[in-house]
Amino acid sequence: MSEAAIEARELVREFKKGPRAVDGIDLRVERGEVYGFLGPNGAGKSTTVHVLTTLLPPTSGTASVAGHDVEREGPAVRAMIGAALQEAALDPFLTGREHIKLQAALHGMRGDEGRRRGAELLDRVGLTQAADRKVRGYSGGMKRRLDLALALVHRPRILFLDEPTTGLDPQSRSALWAEVQRLASDRGVTVFLTTQYLEEADVLADRVGIIDRGRIVAEGTPDALKAEIGRPSVEAIPAEREDLTRMKTVLARFGESVASSPKGAAVRLSGGDAQLAEVVRALDAEDIGVEQLQLHAPTLDDVFLAKTGRLLEGADESRPEEAAQVVAV
Amino acid sequence: MSGGARTSQGGFWSVARAVAWRNVHNYFTNPAVIVPGLLFPMFFFAAFAGGLSRVDSVPGFEFQANYTAFVYGFVLLQASAFGGVFTGFSIARDFESGFSRRILLAAPRRAAMIVGYWAAALCRAAFTVAVVTAVALVAGMEVVGGGLDLLGMYTLALIANAVAALFGSGVAMRLRTMQAGPAMQVPVFLLLFLAPVWVPYDLLTGWVEAAAAINPVTLLLEAGRGFLGGDPTQVLPAFAVGLGLLVLAAVWAIGGLRSAERSSA
Amino acid sequence: MSAAFATQVGMLARRSVLRTLRQPAMVVPALLFPLMLLAVNSGGLQAATELPGFPADSYLDFVLAVCFVQGGLFAANSAGTNVSNDVETGFLSRLSLTPLRRVALLAGQLAGIVTLGLIQALTFLIVGLTAGAGIETGAAGALAIVVLALLISLGFGAIGAFVALRTGSGEAVQGVFPLMFAALFLSSMALPRDLIETDWFRTIATWNPVSYMLEGFRALIIQGWDGEALALGFACAGGVALAAIVGASSALRTRMTRT
Repeated sequence: MSEAAIEARELVREFKKGPRAVDGIDLRVERGEVYGFLGPNGAGKSTTVHVLTTLLPPTSGTASVAGHDVEREGPAVRAMIGAALQEAALDPFLTGREHIKLQAALHGMRGDEGRRRGAELLDRVGLTQAADRKVRGYSGGMKRRLDLALALVHRPRILFLDEPTTGLDPQSRSALWAEVQRLASDRGVTVFLTTQYLEEADVLADRVGIIDRGRIVAEGTPDALKAEIGRPSVEAIPAEREDLTRMKTVLARFGESVASSPKGAAVRLSGGDAQLAEVVRALDAEDIGVEQLQLHAPTLDDVFLAKTGRLLEGADESRPEEAAQVVAV
Repeated sequence: MSGGARTSQGGFWSVARAVAWRNVHNYFTNPAVIVPGLLFPMFFFAAFAGGLSRVDSVPGFEFQANYTAFVYGFVLLQASAFGGVFTGFSIARDFESGFSRRILLAAPRRAAMIVGYWAAALCRAAFTVAVVTAVALVAGMEVVGGGLDLLGMYTLALIANAVAALFGSGVAMRLRTMQAGPAMQVPVFLLLFLAPVWVPYDLLTGWVEAAAAINPVTLLLEAGRGFLGGDPTQVLPAFAVGLGLLVLAAVWAIGGLRSAERSSA
Repeated sequence: MSAAFATQVGMLARRSVLRTLRQPAMVVPALLFPLMLLAVNSGGLQAATELPGFPADSYLDFVLAVCFVQGGLFAANSAGTNVSNDVETGFLSRLSLTPLRRVALLAGQLAGIVTLGLIQALTFLIVGLTAGAGIETGAAGALAIVVLALLISLGFGAIGAFVALRTGSGEAVQGVFPLMFAALFLSSMALPRDLIETDWFRTIATWNPVSYMLEGFRALIIQGWDGEALALGFACAGGVALAAIVGASSALRTRMTRT
């Protein structure tokens, strides 16, 4: 088996005054892979990244990046990686271009080489025009893009992105996704990406590790994970509010109840897609008017729910639109 | 991939240079930073050289140059030391804002950070000292010492700057918050002011005399003034103490760095 | 003063006081820094009392006055910082949408500063007396010291509030702080005016209202009931306070413009 880009065995990180943030993680990320690390706030994603990027020593267990032990060979690890962490960590008094200059200098790049690389990266992330403005005047999206550019200055082979699109508008998010995909496909960069957005993991990651309370609860390709759950769910909103209870009773005949919007009810269809017609007929037979009926393919949120009994935060916002068949009645 | 090509060519000195560049750049391009750092020593100098000058008429006040030079000897040390303390502020601010992670991630040998911050502190102090010296000369400061004496005086100031910078770095990296400001300032302030600030050591009385007797800054200050007055005094003890403090401060700073590495997230 | 107005002032005063006292980074230096300088200077400059014409045998008696004025400078910083925070966070805008009267806002804000000023004045007085300073004018003089100190805190606090309201910036407030320290340094802080040798310095000190504030305190501590010194001291403190409050009110009016 070829050497992994990132490997962790029984990795633990404890803090003195708190619980175990990372509680025995095993993972292996192959070279050139985009690995999505998905979990709610406080699950241990960022702590894991900090350990892998040598910002924190592990309490126990081992981890290696690019074949180098993170604890004993920190300098060698740092020479191979780039990271854009949860806080953009920018200096408000420097311009975008000056940040690139600083980063290039930190990595030992000569002046002209750093300048060329800087111009290329600023263009790639769409910041050429704003390059000579102080960062304190940048929007959140611009700061994130600059942060990504800084992580790429020295052409790392392994890139850590810690919640890179949190707080970004949809357009900025899409642009960043496109860049990550390009890096992975064109340059063969290994990307370790943490996120709390299902769609992000779904779209970007070759494989996903779902983390909850410091442990990996599921791991695999997004499709494989969803296939484990298998069954779609149907969500319905009654035309008349007072019919909600009756609607729930009817739907309960078709599968177990799952989370839904407060105005409606949802169940996981034990018989799959084919049961949708039966659901409609059953509601009609009870004379329950339906304002909206949606069929949802399984999501990573469903995977998380199945494994942990809880929903990921923000799961409602990130239901992939293409997976829902909205029926307005 | 182990043994594969490093993508970062950063070394100790590239990191130190980059860190120093950024801090010096921010200092010289931000009036809000540069002005207060200059104003305090200048006001101090003006207030005491101007307002207290009659004190050199007190019986027993022995100094080869005028009172302006006497005060300058202290202000030089003060500007150098506080220039070092401001380094600690910069480090604390960077840890608090998360910017320090950028440096920690890029640096193969992280001690380079400390060297970079200290180099910036030295530049700041040098600028402040240059301005204060110019003002002092215009105000009529007498310089009795020769070239070698002045070299000795400025070397002691350099040592004070380095000691304060390393001390401040150690505090900042342990506490990693701007709230650490007083923890950096107060010890340096006390060391500076529990020394013969306004009058020579021989004219101190009471508990201040006792404090100054054991205060290492007293040696640095008296030796510096001796150089300025062309009458070098306690040179070897001053340098010995200064270098001893430098070693202790360096150990303190490295300990701070290790503390920061253990829990920088 | 109507009941509603009194309630507004009281509510804002309470907020201002609590807010100030809950920030150790504001309160502790405001107490410790002047005391540290007092300790250092009283010991380090005792030799100055040997100068012919020096008004006291103990430099502690002479330099105690400086603490009260320094306390006022910290009041300026504290008031300015708090008000600029309110501007920067939008809290002032929020208050603009209420029936709150502007003058209540300023009164409430300054109440916090005066409270800090009272704590400072009492602390410095007690420490000074404990360290061996005497108050020539007795208990009545001590009371007058506290009143003068509060007036100075009010005045400097209003200056801080003025800067904050005019600029809306905490950085500007921090930038003004050294200038206010300059006003203290370029005064009769270290020696009586008649013993200052350097002509230009003596001239500045003579024109500087801070010199008269210091001399007002020194009259109460060292010399006794000196009518002229006290009148000048209170007049300068009162004049600064009045001018600063007028300035701060005007700046507040502009900042809280509403239809």
